Amino acid sequence: MKTMKKLGLAALLTGTLLVAGGASAQDHGGGHVPARQSWSFAGPFGTFDTAQLQRGFQVFREVCSNCHSMTKLNFRNLSQPGGPQFSEAQVKALAAEYKVQDGPNEDGKMFERNGRPSDAWPSPYPNAQAARAAIGAAPPDMSLLAKARSYSRGFPMFLVDAVIQYQEHGVDYIYALLNGYSKNDDPTWNDYMPGNHIAMAKPLSDGQVDYTDGSPKTSQQYARDVAAFLMWSAEPHLEQRKKTGFRVMAFLILLSSLLYFTKKKIWANVAH
Amino acid sequence: MSGPSTYVPKSALGRWFESRLPIMGLIHSSFVSYPTPKNLNYFWTFGGILSLMLGVQIITGIVLVMHYTPHVDHAFASVEQIMRDVNWGWFLRYTHANGASMFFIAVYIHMLRGLYYGSYKAPREVLWILGVIIYLLMMATGFMGYVLPWGQMSFWGATVITNLFSAIPLIGESITTWLWGGYSVDNPTLNRFFSLHYLLPFMIAGVVILHVWALHVVGQNNPTGVEVKNVERDTLPFTPYATTKDGFAMSVFLIFFAWFIFYVPNFLGHPDNYVEANPLVTPAHIVPEWYYLPFYAILRAVPDKLGGVIAMFSAILVLVFLPWLDTSRVRSANYRPVYKMFFWAFVVACIGLGYLGAQPPEGIYVIASRLLAVYYFGFFLVVMPLLGLFETPKPLPASIADSVLGKGAHASQASAQG
Amino acid sequence: MSTASSVEPTRRDFLFIATGATAAVGAASIAWPLISQMNPDASTLALASTEVDIGALAVGSILTVKWRGKPVFVRHRTKKEIDEAQAVQVATLPDPQTDASRVKKPEWLVVIGVCTHLGCVPLGHQGEYDGWFCPCHGSVYDTSGRIRQGPAPRNLDVPAYEFVSDTKLKIG
Repeated sequence: MKTMKKLGLAALLTGTLLVAGGASAQDHGGGHVPARQSWSFAGPFGTFDTAQLQRGFQVFREVCSNCHSMTKLNFRNLSQPGGPQFSEAQVKALAAEYKVQDGPNEDGKMFERNGRPSDAWPSPYPNAQAARAAIGAAPPDMSLLAKARSYSRGFPMFLVDAVIQYQEHGVDYIYALLNGYSKNDDPTWNDYMPGNHIAMAKPLSDGQVDYTDGSPKTSQQYARDVAAFLMWSAEPHLEQRKKTGFRVMAFLILLSSLLYFTKKKIWANVAH
Repeated sequence: MSGPSTYVPKSALGRWFESRLPIMGLIHSSFVSYPTPKNLNYFWTFGGILSLMLGVQIITGIVLVMHYTPHVDHAFASVEQIMRDVNWGWFLRYTHANGASMFFIAVYIHMLRGLYYGSYKAPREVLWILGVIIYLLMMATGFMGYVLPWGQMSFWGATVITNLFSAIPLIGESITTWLWGGYSVDNPTLNRFFSLHYLLPFMIAGVVILHVWALHVVGQNNPTGVEVKNVERDTLPFTPYATTKDGFAMSVFLIFFAWFIFYVPNFLGHPDNYVEANPLVTPAHIVPEWYYLPFYAILRAVPDKLGGVIAMFSAILVLVFLPWLDTSRVRSANYRPVYKMFFWAFVVACIGLGYLGAQPPEGIYVIASRLLAVYYFGFFLVVMPLLGLFETPKPLPASIADSVLGKGAHASQASAQG
Repeated sequence: MSTASSVEPTRRDFLFIATGATAAVGAASIAWPLISQMNPDASTLALASTEVDIGALAVGSILTVKWRGKPVFVRHRTKKEIDEAQAVQVATLPDPQTDASRVKKPEWLVVIGVCTHLGCVPLGHQGEYDGWFCPCHGSVYDTSGRIRQGPAPRNLDVPAYEFVSDTKLKIG
C-alpha cells in the first residue's frame, strides 16, 4: 500500500511536469533541431569563461550591435562579477567612446556627451520603425535573446531536461542558427530558422573579428563566443544563482535529514 | 477551533491576558492539542505545504512590488531591473514565479487526495466547497500575476482569456470592454490586474482560515475513511506528531522547489515571455501556464465558442457538487476497488488533457481532447452517482485503531516510512 | 500516548536541539535577501556621481543641481560674501567650522541643499546673513552654509566633489 502511494505521488509529479514542460516546449515548424553543445556555464556548477565572454562581447560589438540593440545592458555590467569582468578603467574608456544624449540643460536643450559606465548600451536605431525603414526589418533586441529563444526536444526528453538541468536550448539554437546558412544560392535560407527563411544575412565569416588572445578566427568560434555572451547578458546572475543553489540544497538536505530523524524518534512508540 | 479550550497559561501574566483575549488557547487547541487520526499518510501533509507556499508567495510578492512598475511602458523593464540590479532580485522573482507552479502542484495533489479518500463527503461538504473557492481564487490570482511581466505570453494570454467572456450572449462584448477598461488589453488592464493580483492572495488567506476552521470542526478524514470513534485510541495530538511530520514534508518539498529556482528556473515558463509585449504580433503558439492546460484543452475540445466556455467553467464548477454526486456510503477508495480504477483513469485523463492543452488544436489532438473531456465529465456525472449504487465495497475496519493494529505484519516497515 | 513526554525538557536530546537550531539558521538566512533587497540597487549605486558645467554661472548666483535625488547648491560667491564668511569668529558659531575648511576654491561654495533640521530645502539669498533661510522652522544659514540661528543642529553638509576643469565640477 505504501509503495503504491509513493508510486502514485511519483506519477502525479511526473504528470505535472509532463503538462508543465509541454507548455514551455516550443514548436519550430520547418527548422532542424539544433545539436546540444557543451558550455562552461551548463550544469549545477557552471561558470562563465571570462575570456570567452570578452571575445563574445567583441563579436557583439563589432558585428551584431551594428543592427541589434541590447537595451538591458549597461556599460557598468561589463565589469561586474560573474561577467566579462573588464576592468573599471577599460569600461570607463569604452563608454567614453560612445555619445549619449542627455539633458535638458539650462537652456532647455538636449545635448550629447561622452558615455559613462552608468549609461545603457546605445541602440543602433531609435525604434523598431527606424530600423525597418533603414534595413528592411526590425532586428530583435539581444538583451534576453538566449532566454527568449528555444526549441522543442519533444516527449519525453523535455522531462529529462528538468532532471539533467539542460537549460541551454536558447544558446544552442543561436549557435546553430549562426552556422545554419547552408545554401549558397539562397542567402535567406537557414536550416534552423522556423520556416527556414531569415531576414538576417549571414553575419559571421572567418577572419572577420580580430581576436587578440590567439583563439581561432573562425565563424564557428565567433558563433560560440557570441552565444555565450548572449547567455550572460540574458542571465547575468547565473553564476551566483548556481552557487547559491548548491548551498541551499546542501542546507535543505541536512535539515530534511534532521527532521526525518526527529519525526522518526517522536513517532517511534506509536503504531500508525 | 474545536470548541472551548482547556488551555491554562502557566504564568500569571499569561492568565491575565488569556482572560481578556484567549488567543493562546485558540492556538493551543488548533495546533497543539488538536487530535489527528494516527493513520494519516504523507498525502495529508500537503495542507501544511500549501500554507507554507501561500506565505512564500505573499512575502516574495510584497517585496517584488517594492520594485515593480505597473505601466505598459515600464513593466517589462522593471522586471528586468529586478532580475539584474535589485539585490537578490533574481532570487525573489524566480522564487515567486516558480512558487506559483509549486503552489498548483501542491494543490492538485491535495485535491486528488481528497478525491481518492472521499474527503468531500458528509460532514465535510462545506470544507470541500471552501477549498474549491480557494482554488478558483488561486486560478484568478495566477492568471493576473502572469500578465504583470508584460511579455508576449502575458499580453496574449490576457487577450485570449478575457476574450472568453465575449462568448456570453448579448452582454459579452460589454463585459470584455469593462474588463479591459478600453478596446484591447492595455495600460488600464495591467493596472487593474496588478491591483487584484495584490488583493486576491489576502482573500485566499481569509478563506484558508475558514477552511482550517471548518476542518477543525469536523476533524480530518483519514485513509480508511472511518470516523474517529475514540479520541484516546484513534488520534494523536497535532504537536508534536503532525508538526514534525509536516515539517519534514515541507523541507522535502522545498528541495524540489529549490531545484527549480536555482537550476531550471525557466523550465516552467515560456520563452516568449522574455519578449516584451507587442500588440501587433501574436506568437506562433499561445499556451497558458501549465496549471490551466487541462481546462484549456476542454475549452478547445468544444467546436462552439460559447459551448467551449461553458464546458471549461463547468469543469471547475462541477467540483462544488461532488458531495452530492457521489452516492457511495464508503469514503476511501482503498475499500472501493472499482472506483479506484475509475479514479486513476481520471488522473490519467487530467494529465492527458494537460498535455493536449499544450498541443496545436488540430487533427488527432482535438479528437483525443474530446474523448478525455467526455471522460472528465462522465467521471463526475455518471460514474460517481451510479457506482455508489452498484459497487460492493470491501469490509471496513471497525475503527482507525483497529486498522493500524490490523496491519501488524507491516508495522515495523510502516513506522520507518510514517 | 505517553510518548508526548519525549518533548519535555529533561528528555530533549541533541537531535531536537540540532534540528531546531538548523531550522532557525535557515529562517535567519532567508531573511537576508528580503532585507537586502531594500538597499540601493546596482543602477542607483552607479549613479553616485554627476558632472556640472559651471562656466556660465554668474558671480552672486546659485545653481541647484540634483545629485542622488537631493538638491546641491553651487554658489558663485561675491567678494563681499567671501569676506563675510571669512570674518566670522568661528568660536561663536553653533557648529564651529572655518570657511576655508568648507570650500576648495573661495569663490565656489558647494553644499547639499537640505536643512540639517528636518530635511526641507532652504531658500537662497534670504535671512539675516545673506546665506539661506529655511521656511519650515526658521533656520538661518550664512554665506558659508553654516547654521547661525534656529533649530538646525549642523551646518549644511558639503558633498564630496572635485573640479575636473575650471568650468566643470564633479559631485560625488
